[in-house]
Amino acid sequence: MPARKRALEKWSPWILLAVIIVAWELICRVFQVSDFIFPAPSAIAVSLHQYARPITDHALQTFWSTMAGFALGVSVGMTIGFIVGSSRLMYTALYPLMVGFNSVPKSAFVPVLVVWFGIGTIPAILTAFVICFFPITVNVATGLATIEPELEDVLRALGASRMDVLVKVGLPRSMPYFFASLKVAITLAFVGSVVSETIASNEGIGYLMMSAGSSMRMPLVFAGLIVISVMAMAMYAVFAFLEKRMTGWATRGMDARA
Amino acid sequence: MFYTPTRMGDAFVEVEHVDLAYDEVSGNAIEDVSLAMREHEFIAMVGPSGCGKSTFMKLCSGLRPPTRGVVNVDGRQVGGPLKIVGMAFQNATLLPWRTTLDNVLLPLEIVQPYRANFKRDKEKFALKAKELLRSVGLEGYEHRYPWQLSGGMQQRVSICRALVHEPKLLLLDEPFAALDAFTREELWCVLRDLWTSKRFTVVLVTHDLREATFLADTVYVMSKRPGKILARRAIDLPRPRDLEVVYTDRFAEIVLELREHIGRIRKA
Repeated sequence: MPARKRALEKWSPWILLAVIIVAWELICRVFQVSDFIFPAPSAIAVSLHQYARPITDHALQTFWSTMAGFALGVSVGMTIGFIVGSSRLMYTALYPLMVGFNSVPKSAFVPVLVVWFGIGTIPAILTAFVICFFPITVNVATGLATIEPELEDVLRALGASRMDVLVKVGLPRSMPYFFASLKVAITLAFVGSVVSETIASNEGIGYLMMSAGSSMRMPLVFAGLIVISVMAMAMYAVFAFLEKRMTGWATRGMDARA
Repeated sequence: MFYTPTRMGDAFVEVEHVDLAYDEVSGNAIEDVSLAMREHEFIAMVGPSGCGKSTFMKLCSGLRPPTRGVVNVDGRQVGGPLKIVGMAFQNATLLPWRTTLDNVLLPLEIVQPYRANFKRDKEKFALKAKELLRSVGLEGYEHRYPWQLSGGMQQRVSICRALVHEPKLLLLDEPFAALDAFTREELWCVLRDLWTSKRFTVVLVTHDLREATFLADTVYVMSKRPGKILARRAIDLPRPRDLEVVYTDRFAEIVLELREHIGRIRKA
């Protein structure tokens, strides 16, 4: 690939972002859209600056709730994934239940959590947790359940236990699935915590947006949206980087092409 | 019929009137199979697809108990994984996150007595694995990953992995089937040399009659499912065999004779 084309490809997301912001700004100015309906990027920027302090506090609250829920989701998701993936009986028994559980809208779950734990941080953490553990479980289980039978024979003939096979082969080979699922799970965790904060909290970006919306401060609502998406994207990037570092062997085809 | 009775302890592998059915519905995968192998013997099983050759391997390795009959290996009745076998398959099944060397070392992390001392003696084991890799022409590739190797090289690694714990019995399930003709012949010689120097016993399952004739002491022809042994042919070509033997009339005669057996099975 020529250098210029490669540079264009590398910067294309940023160029596209700039184009969208400029177009947005222009549309708002040309049609004189009210800030109460659809604020222009400049108005959002002003709001971000003006409320920098409260936004930071609420954003940190959301961030830590999300990370706590995510950490729970990773540990529980991995454990269940390991159990489900390593035994066919458990797979058959648990899988339908989990699919059923996962198809419940998690926002419908928040009122239950509020009854149990009151409003605030704990429902946010738990909502982030319940929404993000499923993809992790499924991916770890898939990685474990798809060990090549020949390879299993090679090891079993040497007297390897089921555990040996899982530890030496199953877990390492499920790592690419696991890291791929972390990227999905971290963004879902943000959805969970913000939804819960919107419904039942006095803190966090979700609450900030809720209260700003009810007092018609739309630029602040949009500022909240942008802060969430920046945090989620940054965490996505962290896990994408980790994935590449930890399981480069699984994506060598892509590296060879790049 | 092709079973030569031997005194216990005389044969290394003894299979007596063995049936194996995977479940009640599908019927026997192999039926009334009897054979005896000397220690250091190289046997090849040939036959049509799905004739239970791979099933026979599972029996020898102790991965599957026979439904009927007895399998004795090394003077003992087989009741579970044997640990004295090494296996290699058509797919190299190497672990992509491990280097060549670490792939070869894998069995030593599993099988006793190596397992207990693995951490302490890793250096020593690595030397041994490197020596084995050198003997199959893979010196300098120890720290490459499997996906950086060609198909033939991967298969060499797979055979090294099957041999690193010095098994007495090597089970090969169509190990060269996915390779091109030249690489395949090269690997025949690699296997021949390993077998000549290390003197393990080999069961080679293959579709390739030339491969069977070139490598084996004895070739068994199996029928369609349920697999039975239809013919036993001792290959009396003198050893050591060079690749040139493949082009002799004697060799062609034997291959033709085996081919006729297979032809008869396919017509039946």
